[in-house]
Amino acid sequence: MTTPAVHLKSISKGRVRWLEPLIHSGLGFCTLISIITTATIVFVLAKESFGFFQEITPSEFFFGTSWVPMFKPSSFGVLPLLWGTLIVTFGAALISIPIGLASAIYLSEYASAGKRAVIKPLLELLAGIPTVVYGYFALTFITPALKVVFPDLQVFNALSGAVVVGIMVLPMIATLSDNALKAVPDSLRQGAYALGATSYEVTSQVVVPAGLSGVMASFILAISRAIGETMAVTLAAGATPNLSFTFLESIQTMTAYIVQVSMGDTPAGGVAYQTMFAVAGLLFVITLTLNIISQWILERYREVYQ
Amino acid sequence: MRKNGTAEVVAISEDERILGIDDVTICYSDNPAVKNVSFDIARNKITSIIGPSGCGKSTLLRSLNRMNEFISEVSLKGRVSFDGQDLYAKSVDPVEVRQHIGMVFQKPNPFPKSIYKNVSWGPTVNQYDGSIPELVERSLKQASLWNEVKDRLNDSALGLSGGQQQRLCIARALAIEPTVLLMDEPCSALDPISTAHIENLMYDLKSRYTIVIVTHNMQQAARVSDYTAFMEMGNLIEFGETDQIFTRPQEKRTEEYVTGRFG
Repeated sequence: MTTPAVHLKSISKGRVRWLEPLIHSGLGFCTLISIITTATIVFVLAKESFGFFQEITPSEFFFGTSWVPMFKPSSFGVLPLLWGTLIVTFGAALISIPIGLASAIYLSEYASAGKRAVIKPLLELLAGIPTVVYGYFALTFITPALKVVFPDLQVFNALSGAVVVGIMVLPMIATLSDNALKAVPDSLRQGAYALGATSYEVTSQVVVPAGLSGVMASFILAISRAIGETMAVTLAAGATPNLSFTFLESIQTMTAYIVQVSMGDTPAGGVAYQTMFAVAGLLFVITLTLNIISQWILERYREVYQ
Repeated sequence: MRKNGTAEVVAISEDERILGIDDVTICYSDNPAVKNVSFDIARNKITSIIGPSGCGKSTLLRSLNRMNEFISEVSLKGRVSFDGQDLYAKSVDPVEVRQHIGMVFQKPNPFPKSIYKNVSWGPTVNQYDGSIPELVERSLKQASLWNEVKDRLNDSALGLSGGQQQRLCIARALAIEPTVLLMDEPCSALDPISTAHIENLMYDLKSRYTIVIVTHNMQQAARVSDYTAFMEMGNLIEFGETDQIFTRPQEKRTEEYVTGRFG
């Protein structure tokens, strides 16, 4: 008995092969679009910022304490904007990190499967609300509520901005940290329980440390998001560059400034127009750095589970 | 020898008995995994539970220190007693149960911490009032791991080999100074040399601890244990001295299993 002869030609019979190269390049082109976009944005930011720094010295920009770009005598110290961003972000982190981590621990370690199935989608829903809605929520609800506690509160104020941004990034911390804790293998929990530990000891001393890299990364991503947040913060915190240590007055963040310039009638080409790119460039560098750090933490401290 | 349901069960005298399993049925939702099992565990002896996959041996083992409670919808009927006290009584705290009845798992599961911290963590949370460094050294010596790790106690436990990790898990379990040590197929993920190491270790530990080991490896049960329980499909078929189970089994099913005719 002989094996039948193999006809290699028959394998490709009836299948269109000439499309393959087209599909290959078509898919590649789609990927290229986002790469080109990113490169263009970076190029425009760099070019306009370069133009800006031809007029204004970097030391005035980075160390100047007064930001008056539109009127004479103008000054271009970015510190008040940086400070505005910093206190809003700091306040937001102060609110969102403890509550977010606590929610993540509850969801991952304490909630029953049924409760988790309801709560987690709700949290994710919170992340889908348009930020401008949060902004009006801050103006019409948070600020009046805070005014009861702090009668000196201005209509636009840093505190309200910090609170609303904190609420906004809360679901991000909760869901990302929950994922990180859920990824800790059950065998570690069992090993810890078998040593006569209580739920709280197992959670705080075994599960959270084991999932710490993911938890830290979620914090940094949330902070990065808070720094880049625009609409809610513009609506809640106002547009007054302010270098004083106060949560009760109006401030201006870097993003809020960019909104102000892009919406106003600043003529294209002048120094005032270029400030927008210099500030955006700085913002880009800060958030990029934070994202790189969070990636690095994830890589560096990734636990090699058994 | 007394007849217990359909099973042949050798009685353990009251003085010798440390754990009593009395008519225990364990269900996952409505499916019984362990059915009306009764036998006793003798103090300072090694008892092995053998049987084909899915016979309920691990489920039964995990009921002895209430580790089944982390799986929802598990229910237990019957009585498990430890030194005469009902382990499942309302007043009994499962955390305390596990401080007396430790456990080593199938796959080594060291914490992603240092070798030292893996051993010291249990006594620390249990508020051990002696010297913890001494306890760590003693436990690692008992687990015959000390010589291999004494110069790198602060290195991550995850850098150890599988066999070393399993001995670390044994040291970790010994550090809370339990009375009983439950071992759930502790060698199934290990090579033959590491397995021999752990079997020798069990032999040495017998003078101080009571060991219950679940294994699918009959040779291992024959080598290490004093008593053997054979289970099949949730039922206890036979329980007796290891010698007798392997050479003169009373039940036909036991004989077929230990001679390798099925399973």
